[in-house]
Amino acid sequence: MSNDNHSGVWTLAEQSGGKLLRVSFELLTRARALADKRGCELTAVLLGPEMADDQLQELIARGADAVIAVEANELEHFLVEPHAACVGKLIEDRKPEIVLAAATTSGRTLMPYVAIKVNAGLTADCTELDIEPETGNLLQTRPAIGGNILATIKTPRHRPQMATVRPHSSVPAERSEGRTGRIEHICPPVELLTSRVERLKFIPADEQQPLQDAELVVAVGRGIKKAENIPLVRTLAESIGAAMGATRDVVDRGWLSYPHQIGLSGKTITPRLYIGVGASGSIQHLAGMQTAETIVAINNDPDAQMFRVSDYGIVADLFEVVPVLTDKIRELRQGEPSNGSK
Amino acid sequence: MRIIVPIKQVPETSNVKMDDETGTMVREGVEAIVNPLDLYAIEAAIRIKEARPTDDCELVAVSMGPPKAATALREAISMGMDSAALVTDKAFAGSDTWATSYVLAAAIRKLGPFDLVICGERATDGDTGQVGPGIAAWLDLPAVTYVSSIDELDRRTCRVGRLIEQGRELLQMRLPGLVTVVKEIADPRLPTLRGKQRARRTEIPTWCADDLAIEPANLGLEGSPTRVVRIFRPTVARQCRKTTPMDDQAIEEAAQELIELLRSRNLI
Repeated sequence: MSNDNHSGVWTLAEQSGGKLLRVSFELLTRARALADKRGCELTAVLLGPEMADDQLQELIARGADAVIAVEANELEHFLVEPHAACVGKLIEDRKPEIVLAAATTSGRTLMPYVAIKVNAGLTADCTELDIEPETGNLLQTRPAIGGNILATIKTPRHRPQMATVRPHSSVPAERSEGRTGRIEHICPPVELLTSRVERLKFIPADEQQPLQDAELVVAVGRGIKKAENIPLVRTLAESIGAAMGATRDVVDRGWLSYPHQIGLSGKTITPRLYIGVGASGSIQHLAGMQTAETIVAINNDPDAQMFRVSDYGIVADLFEVVPVLTDKIRELRQGEPSNGSK
Repeated sequence: MRIIVPIKQVPETSNVKMDDETGTMVREGVEAIVNPLDLYAIEAAIRIKEARPTDDCELVAVSMGPPKAATALREAISMGMDSAALVTDKAFAGSDTWATSYVLAAAIRKLGPFDLVICGERATDGDTGQVGPGIAAWLDLPAVTYVSSIDELDRRTCRVGRLIEQGRELLQMRLPGLVTVVKEIADPRLPTLRGKQRARRTEIPTWCADDLAIEPANLGLEGSPTRVVRIFRPTVARQCRKTTPMDDQAIEEAAQELIELLRSRNLI
């Protein structure tokens, strides 16, 4: 598709059980900045069953100028064919310039399927998005080559420009009361809703993985040397009530399970505090945690990349530092009221 | 039953060294391996065949890459794939995921009728996970991604488990179709000696752009909608207060200073 006649920034909002998911608001943060810079309209597109008006208004309150709700029972759960058919049709009819989706299991499936059907460029897992004012080219920055460097990617000749953005890599857009916008409901024709895949059953996960929503995270890297040493770091994490995370090296060696993995091929987190213990700071890992508010590094290699993104660093043997630190925190905690007031 | 497994040869990236001056990857001495996540797709295919000893079941690996990617296909055969095909052409150089999935889809079409395409979740070098769904779109196949189990499979349908953020879905897909699999599907086996011998003997057909029914305008860098315009190392925005304690006393002090910092920021 040529660049002519395409305008507007779209986000693909996500819902579960008729309720908007947090990623929908994270996308609005990214998209609002782009729409303002480009001087164009921001439209949130939501596919799902019939949606309550307050949910759609919420998208307006958090930054959308317009909402398109594509509603059908067949769209209640993500199935790639009907979702891609509806989004593809909308893109062909309305011609947006930019389409952003979350890099969730559904977004990462839907976007490449649609990009082929509408002949658009697509960039996965962007960590930064900007716009070239004169051309409207989206500057999509993402970690590349196994996460060792960053690459900026452009889509010079194709429209729309499509990108996925990692969940938790941006803050959800705030509500702003009094914002107004258009809400449009679309009932897609049945031929767009056929699916050769049928959802038979859903088994909810036993426990929510606490890592992504944790305010405090202690992550362990290869410097821990072996699985038997993990409890040392776990004790530190427990002393401050932090969730445990790990680098890919640690997970690949089987010292902690995959749900603990932070980074490009694991989870992206934005906690208030991140403490990296024996984590060197490969870009692959940094891509998943560098937006933490406060970053602390404990590592015996003074040249470790982790120190470059840290607020505070201790260059020393973690096996000497961590026990001392844990003891001191525990002492402190014992001297405090039992609820551990801050 | 005929199963196609597209695979990619990738650099061994887990300990890639970067040249600080140029910001490029140091390629010398970097081993080329089968994308580790494709091994799960190969394993899933082999298990399907093993579970059907009486069926006529054929497993075909296919790859797009330079001529040396044949090594990756031989490894797939040595694990248990029956045959393989390589698509290689200078015209493919610089392909993004759109152009790559276009060529792989054409190669799969050329391989003839099939029941199931099994892809790895993503390649460890590009890390996009876009080629699997892209192939499905080009071939107009139904697709299920993040598949953690293939529970039932006959010539008409398959039932699979799919891992998503909130839990596990059970889905039924009409065939032919495409799945991308995650690590939970099965632990990949190592090649056997007999497998390696068979791999050496197996002829791997090599196809170039002219052998496939494809539009030259859709190939390589020219046919790719996306362009890498800049490669760089991330800049650092934080000032690290770094201490290097040399003895027990200094470690105590460093720990104390850290605790005070965390308390001043209301973190502990």
